[in-house]
Amino acid sequence: MNIHAVRAIYKFEMARTWRTVMQSIISPVISTSLYFVVFGAAIGSRIPEVGGVSYGTFIVPGLVMLSLLTQSISNASFGIYFPKFTGTIYELLSAPVSYVEIVLAYVGAAATKSIVLGLIILATAALFVPLRIDHPLWMILFLLLTAVTFSLIGFIIGIWADGFEKLQAVPLLIITPLTFLGGSFYSIDMLPPLWQTVALFNPVVYLISGFRWSFYGLSDVSVALSLTMTAFFLLVALAIVAWIFKTGYRLKI
Amino acid sequence: MQDILVVADLSKTYATGFSALKNIHLAIRKGEIFALLGPNGAGKTTLISIICGIVNPSAGTVRVDGHDIIRDYRAARSLIGLVPQELTTDAFETVWGTVSFSRGLFGRAPNPGHLERVLKALSLWDKKDNKIITLSGGMKRRLMIAKALSHEPQILFLDEPTAGVDVVLRHDMWELVRSLRDTGVTIILTTHYIDEAEEMADRIGVIHKGEIILVDEKSELMRKLGRKQLVLQLQQPLRQLPAALSAYALELSANGCELTYTYDTQSERIGITALLDDLGDTGILFKDLHTTESSLEDIFVSLVRDDR
Ligand SMILES: Nc1ncnc2c1ncn2[C@@H]1O[C@H](COP(=O)(O)OP(=O)(O)OP(=O)(O)O)[C@@H](O)[C@H]1O
Ligand SMILES: [Mg+2]
Repeated sequence: MNIHAVRAIYKFEMARTWRTVMQSIISPVISTSLYFVVFGAAIGSRIPEVGGVSYGTFIVPGLVMLSLLTQSISNASFGIYFPKFTGTIYELLSAPVSYVEIVLAYVGAAATKSIVLGLIILATAALFVPLRIDHPLWMILFLLLTAVTFSLIGFIIGIWADGFEKLQAVPLLIITPLTFLGGSFYSIDMLPPLWQTVALFNPVVYLISGFRWSFYGLSDVSVALSLTMTAFFLLVALAIVAWIFKTGYRLKI
Repeated sequence: MQDILVVADLSKTYATGFSALKNIHLAIRKGEIFALLGPNGAGKTTLISIICGIVNPSAGTVRVDGHDIIRDYRAARSLIGLVPQELTTDAFETVWGTVSFSRGLFGRAPNPGHLERVLKALSLWDKKDNKIITLSGGMKRRLMIAKALSHEPQILFLDEPTAGVDVVLRHDMWELVRSLRDTGVTIILTTHYIDEAEEMADRIGVIHKGEIILVDEKSELMRKLGRKQLVLQLQQPLRQLPAALSAYALELSANGCELTYTYDTQSERIGITALLDDLGDTGILFKDLHTTESSLEDIFVSLVRDDR
């Protein structure tokens, strides 16, 4: 194990965050605060409680998930796409590092960032609405699994993308809609029956449901199913990454 | 001498179907400076990129100090430092940050002392806390070298190290390359400045259209392919060459004041003494003479121009 390399890449990626601290940390915090002002305070005050918690409180886990997913993807995809774009990837390719080490470092850094961000958003939320976390360990577990899974997906996108449009297209056209439709702002059982069935095909539903359960004990689907699905997504992402490296897809010519 | 790098039967066909390298065989000796010459698009960068693990070979093998570059990539790559042709750097990273990063990436424990020596040797020490974006082009090129040296490689690839570097710096760089060689580092460089190869290399390889067309000791190469000319400045202009001298294939300049004799340094009898004797016999007197030797540049041009 080339531990020095993993550390070097991880450090480099984290340093990049500090250089772009405005973009990486502050802007998500601001946008989340806006959600609270709009959905929590302005609109939320007219919406009855959901499952015994106020609407403002209810949307917190969904909002954290929303940021966690988009940030994991954008951090990881940018992290690996940028060296490809500038050409500095030559050094990574010529270094005595294994693929496992590369993934560990890039995905580790991206996941760290989005987890930190998720916790910052939670703290921000606590300023607006009363929060409680019934199952903190489960909360951390879901946070961790989701951050890692979506950082892996971001890594895949970063390798696949050969232009900035593609880099932004997936988060914008796929992840954000799935997250909005995945129950960030409502409970699935508020939907008409047909749409409830359709929603079950949305992977994000399982992530948000499990995560929200760890806060308030409320869930759209069973926790076991949430956990199974989350682990399944992780495995799928890992399998794709393994395949990319096995074939050298889009990394080496 | 022992071979540190052995390339055998290496071929590369790019996805476009273009065959950039064809059955390359090449052995680099430990501790030598090897210059790889070739016109634009000959395949120099492709060859280096394969050896360093950036481009996949289509066929053939490469061994670095006995380690296969694919099966035993960790051992092989640890020995290699690469300065690529393109200047690619992380603009917002500092000089110190980026050389530390490179060292770590190649699996070496931090060693500020070594990095300091490298940066000083490349006159970058006073820039160590500067962001890369603030460096000049020549400084960036030196920084790329510093990055490549950060992990104490045994083999250093320099892909056009002196492109865009000023004259003084170029000489400094030659100095640096020599001092690296003195510490036992094997150096493989590509260049379009033939004088650079002539100045530095122990051996020279010429690659043309994806094939190695020649590998030889520099001195041997110059001896084999080198042609010398003897130029005589005559005291009296000569209108016409005397028949007695026709055997020598002399050239008479237009004004009749200069006689040029071209001879092959390889041949048993060069014929200068005989020529001078015969000149004396025919009564042609000269006031001065000098010899010229064809440069590596002439040799190179004549090698690759034929089928252009
Ligand atoms: N990714 C690629 N896809 C297709 N063809 C390529 C690719 N990279 C290089 N080539 C082609 O391979 C040939 C060799 O390129 P290479 O960069 O190795 O040349 P070079 O000898 O380094 O030239 P130069 O002196 O200009 O740097 C060229 O004809 C080039 O067009
Ligand atoms: Mg080149």
